[in-house]
Amino acid sequence: MSDIEQSLREKFAEDVMAVSDFRGDLAITVRRERIADVGAFLLSPEGGAFAMMLDICGVDYLGREPRFEVVYHLMSLETKERVRIKAQVSEGDPTVPTVTHLWKAANWFEREVYDLFGITFSGHPDLRRILTHDEFVGHALRKDYPLDGRQELSRPTPFAEE
Amino acid sequence: MGIETAIGSPAITTQLDKVVNWARKYSLWPMPFGTACCAIEYMSVVSSHYDLARFGAEVVRFSPRQSDLMLVMGTINTKMVPILKRIYNQMCEPKWVIAVGACACSGGLYNNYSVVQGIDQYIPVDVYVPGCPPTPEGIIHGVLKLWEKIEKESVKDWK
Ligand code: SF4
Repeated sequence: MSDIEQSLREKFAEDVMAVSDFRGDLAITVRRERIADVGAFLLSPEGGAFAMMLDICGVDYLGREPRFEVVYHLMSLETKERVRIKAQVSEGDPTVPTVTHLWKAANWFEREVYDLFGITFSGHPDLRRILTHDEFVGHALRKDYPLDGRQELSRPTPFAEE
Repeated sequence: MGIETAIGSPAITTQLDKVVNWARKYSLWPMPFGTACCAIEYMSVVSSHYDLARFGAEVVRFSPRQSDLMLVMGTINTKMVPILKRIYNQMCEPKWVIAVGACACSGGLYNNYSVVQGIDQYIPVDVYVPGCPPTPEGIIHGVLKLWEKIEKESVKDWK
């Protein structure tokens, strides 16, 4: 068992739902309600000082329940270790607590996941679409979104919004 | 030779269209609408090795109001379409459009929810240059094809 897994199991006990360590790529699934607490712990020195938020992505496992997953990719600048934290999200209540107060970089990543998967991040300061245009209906990377579902935009997107 | 001998040696008679088209085709001012990798290829077209200046089209203007040739180089997605149309509309006539590369011509590799399947759905295109990306020679060939088109035009065609 790796140090990160051990310290997370000690601190969060049954909130750690699954752990996979595939060829050194550690991925830990935690209960989605605790994602901000797990993040705060991993950011702290005793949690490994994972100061760098590399990416947040969504995954759609259509047909599975819970249908969605949000994956947080973290890196520690001190130990150069990387870890993935996963949260499973159901289709009926696709909400995850935000981690923008921990990592500023999470802001646009969470907007991207919201835009393309329709997963909302509670407490996010500015949850707007970021890649598709603001007249877009639906969420393009959901597996049941049609591949050729092009939607026209009637006017240029403003570069800056007040 | 007819009227030219009558009025003296410094005069040449010709047709208005021929003179105007001659001037237009040798002084194209491109507006580079570069959105992806094809635009990188265009950089070598205007640089010294391939040197678009040999064909009179080296004065690249980033203001559409000063340009008469729009080069659309790269992937255009639906979010970009209103901007593409606005820039095209800002160019004064006469104006021409070359779609450079598979993406601008047809959507290229990308058949998905966000990519336009050819800019000719939204703005008129005069010359299509195939390739992903086209070679610099290919882009120059596109400009020469546009010359052929300009030669057949008339001043009356444009406002
Ligand atoms: S045609 Fe190919 S090289 Fe050109 S923009 Fe598209 S993907 Fe890039």
